[in-house]
Amino acid sequence: MNEDEEMLQFLGLRSVDDLFSDIPEKFRTGKPDIPEGLSEMEAVSYLKNVLDCNISSAEYRSYLGAGAYDGFVPAIVQHVIGRSELYTSYTPYQSEFSQGLLQLIFEYQSMMSELTAMDVVNASLYDGASAIGEAAMMCSRIAEGGKFLIPRAMAPWKKSVIVNYLRGTGVAVAEYGYSAATGQADTNQLADMAGQGACGVYVEMPNFLGLYQEDIADIRGVIGKVPLVAGVNPLSLATVVPPGEYGADIVVGEGQPLGLGLNFGGPYLGIFACRKEHVRKMPGRVVGATVDSEGRRSFCLTLQAREQHIRRSRATSNVCTNQTLLSVAASVYLAAMGSAGLKYAAHTIEHNRALTMDAFAKAGMTVPFRGSGFNEFVLITDSVPEHVSREMLRHRMIAGLPLNGILPELGNASLWAVNERMDGEEIRNLVKTVASVN
Amino acid sequence: MNFSQAHWEEPLLNEIRAPAVFGFDSKIRQPAGRTDKGALERRSLQLPDVSERYLMKHYVNLSQMNYSVDNGPHLLGSCTMKYNPKVSENIAALEKVARIHPLQPVETVQGALRIMYELSRALCSISGMDAVSLQPAGGAQGEFAGMLIARAYFEKKGEKRNRILVPDSAHGTNPASAAMAGYEVRELPSKDGMVDVGLLRKSVDENVAAIMLTNPNTLGLFEEDAGEIADIMHERGALLYYDGANMNAIIGKTNPGAMGFDIVHFNLHKTFATPHGGGGPGAGPVGVRQPLEKFLPVPVVVHRNGAYDLDYDRPDSIGKLHSFYGNFGILLRAYTYIIMNGSSGLVRNSEKAVLNSNYLMKRISGTYSVPHKKLKKHEFVASASEIKSRRGVSALDISKRLIDHGVHPPTIYFPQIVGEALMIEPTENLSKDTLDDIARILAETASEPAELLHTAPHSTGRGRIDEVRAARDMVFTWKELQQRGNGR
Repeated sequence: MNEDEEMLQFLGLRSVDDLFSDIPEKFRTGKPDIPEGLSEMEAVSYLKNVLDCNISSAEYRSYLGAGAYDGFVPAIVQHVIGRSELYTSYTPYQSEFSQGLLQLIFEYQSMMSELTAMDVVNASLYDGASAIGEAAMMCSRIAEGGKFLIPRAMAPWKKSVIVNYLRGTGVAVAEYGYSAATGQADTNQLADMAGQGACGVYVEMPNFLGLYQEDIADIRGVIGKVPLVAGVNPLSLATVVPPGEYGADIVVGEGQPLGLGLNFGGPYLGIFACRKEHVRKMPGRVVGATVDSEGRRSFCLTLQAREQHIRRSRATSNVCTNQTLLSVAASVYLAAMGSAGLKYAAHTIEHNRALTMDAFAKAGMTVPFRGSGFNEFVLITDSVPEHVSREMLRHRMIAGLPLNGILPELGNASLWAVNERMDGEEIRNLVKTVASVN
Repeated sequence: MNFSQAHWEEPLLNEIRAPAVFGFDSKIRQPAGRTDKGALERRSLQLPDVSERYLMKHYVNLSQMNYSVDNGPHLLGSCTMKYNPKVSENIAALEKVARIHPLQPVETVQGALRIMYELSRALCSISGMDAVSLQPAGGAQGEFAGMLIARAYFEKKGEKRNRILVPDSAHGTNPASAAMAGYEVRELPSKDGMVDVGLLRKSVDENVAAIMLTNPNTLGLFEEDAGEIADIMHERGALLYYDGANMNAIIGKTNPGAMGFDIVHFNLHKTFATPHGGGGPGAGPVGVRQPLEKFLPVPVVVHRNGAYDLDYDRPDSIGKLHSFYGNFGILLRAYTYIIMNGSSGLVRNSEKAVLNSNYLMKRISGTYSVPHKKLKKHEFVASASEIKSRRGVSALDISKRLIDHGVHPPTIYFPQIVGEALMIEPTENLSKDTLDDIARILAETASEPAELLHTAPHSTGRGRIDEVRAARDMVFTWKELQQRGNGR
């Protein structure tokens, strides 16, 4: 008798079918319409064949960014998150035998707090877009005002997510424009709109076009008491003024640049930080320090009364799953790079961006916004961007993101991203290739 | 099972003094030049400066102080903590996955799109739905997507329906997701652990948009009146939402489509064994019947003229919930699991999960009371109420004591309709020997001295954690901890 038969006998049942006798006949279905199983050897071979139809940025040079970057990742990151004690573990509600992960999350919170100069960082949300959505909902709990203000020059996919997260609140989204001269947010328009009843203002630094907001220090004064949500690229914070220093109430960001793969769009890491006065309105899990029964330093998940498993329909958010493993990856990345390495990476990206913009301008192409910024810049070509993009593929290069469908007022614009791997030769080759297909 | 966990007094990263001075510590070269940002320049940045040799020690030691599926059984009800096949990790780490950008031209990502397309089709077949979007990044986001789809559906029909019904035994995310989509939530008291059909009939009027159910429910009971429930809802023009958290119980036996549901979310990290990651990442695809298909998030992966494409031209779509297409790395792992199990393998998994659950329930029913005692599906709920009133030992005490035996405790105090609830889901992966061990441990624990249980666990690096103090002190960073003398 095999073990299944022994167990059935113990239960007084004749067959496995008896275990399902409570499912009425009219609900019964057959097996799902899926092929029979493959051995590991066959599955690996099949999957590799299918995935071979992808072209990775290890094969073609890629100049796509717009929120996800092909940055350098130290080897230690994968070694740590590949430890099965971490990646196969459950959410650390049972803190006594989950101190390892709890401490790792606490370290992530601590380093992100330093990077953003904010008091509290949660243990992560799904991605950068849903983090803005959660921030918008949180603003509606903090302040009156029927509008949440966002920039026109912003990733359209993020706008769509915000609209969805605000659907239940009655708050509408309104857009403020950008200066045609600088590509930066139009602060005057922002001031007017904030004065007309807004529950929150979302500002990006750097913005979608890769530009820093030069008057960022004035924004707080301009919008008065309206909660300020800053959207950041966390890697840029190694070199640029952090949002805690310009009066942000909430900080959100896409954590992908901190040592995570591109992964065709996910899993990424939603960064969420806020001032301590707002912590009880914050979504998501958070780890706090405490002691155990012997008075020894310990960590546990805390302030759970905000969350869905306790508060149900009155929770600050429905969020349950987060991106813990990726917050650990980001944390290992930050530690391995250290302050110096992180600054080198951020400075290199800024420097490569400036060099590339200059090289395109010298080659006679239009780079409309020349201010300082991070990762990307706008390039205007003679041909439509889709043409450039198609032609670049022949040269084994993946062009920047066409902007003509997103910001048509910019004409034949596209958004090109640099990274810290690029060198002078690659920049020259890039400009030459674009010039030849333009 | 004899359990002991590594017990390192591992400092926080900021307390380690081991400067990064070796060749292997240099990750990136100093740049050739700098751009001048003036007042925008950051003034100071204080991250730890630790040599990789000490970093690795730190992370290895901390990982040894973390219990995981690869260490032993997890009894967590409604969490389906299965083994995560290692091959999936290898596949997801390939450069053809890790280094493809979501905005690449579609002709350069045909492999990824094909996997998404095939996975959607497999999920349709498993659930009995007509179309699936893989975009939601977790189960709760899948629920939220489902609620937004319901909203869009009624708005399109010109109907104003503002209420969602959920049983009082529902997962907390159900009412939270409905509320987030702008619905008023009404919780329905259960009757004998099931939906009270009489009460439901009285509760459904023209303001009710949908009911959110999981079947089998959180007590592990199959809602036998599901057909009548569907009739009541559909007769009044309302929808049925299926919470797929418990889908591991039913594959190949029935499916939400057959039971009359209109919208379904899946928890790929449950049914399809993607790693839990200490809380995430997960994936929560949402499936619908044909009349709701046009409301699914954009883009939809389509196959036309021999190639895969992303279709954004869907005017009735609810839009987006995630920047790109969801957690592709997780979708790929779930797809790997599905093709390796195949149709029969998935069915066998459900059968074994239900067999294990019923076996363990009967094994422990001499010690613990099991309300609504009859056939269960993938999970069951035992109660420590009688033990508590007799000996003052709570569900919490028992669960903490299980840790001393290397068993991850069940979900406790849920569902709230059972006193001192221990919600147990063994999954299909546990052998009979392991189940027998667990049954023995649970039986012994129930009669151990109360004091031993109140102070459990005893085998871990830390004793019972003071959670009340954590909530009161609100120390979230090492900077705050330093200001309090490092908590030592």
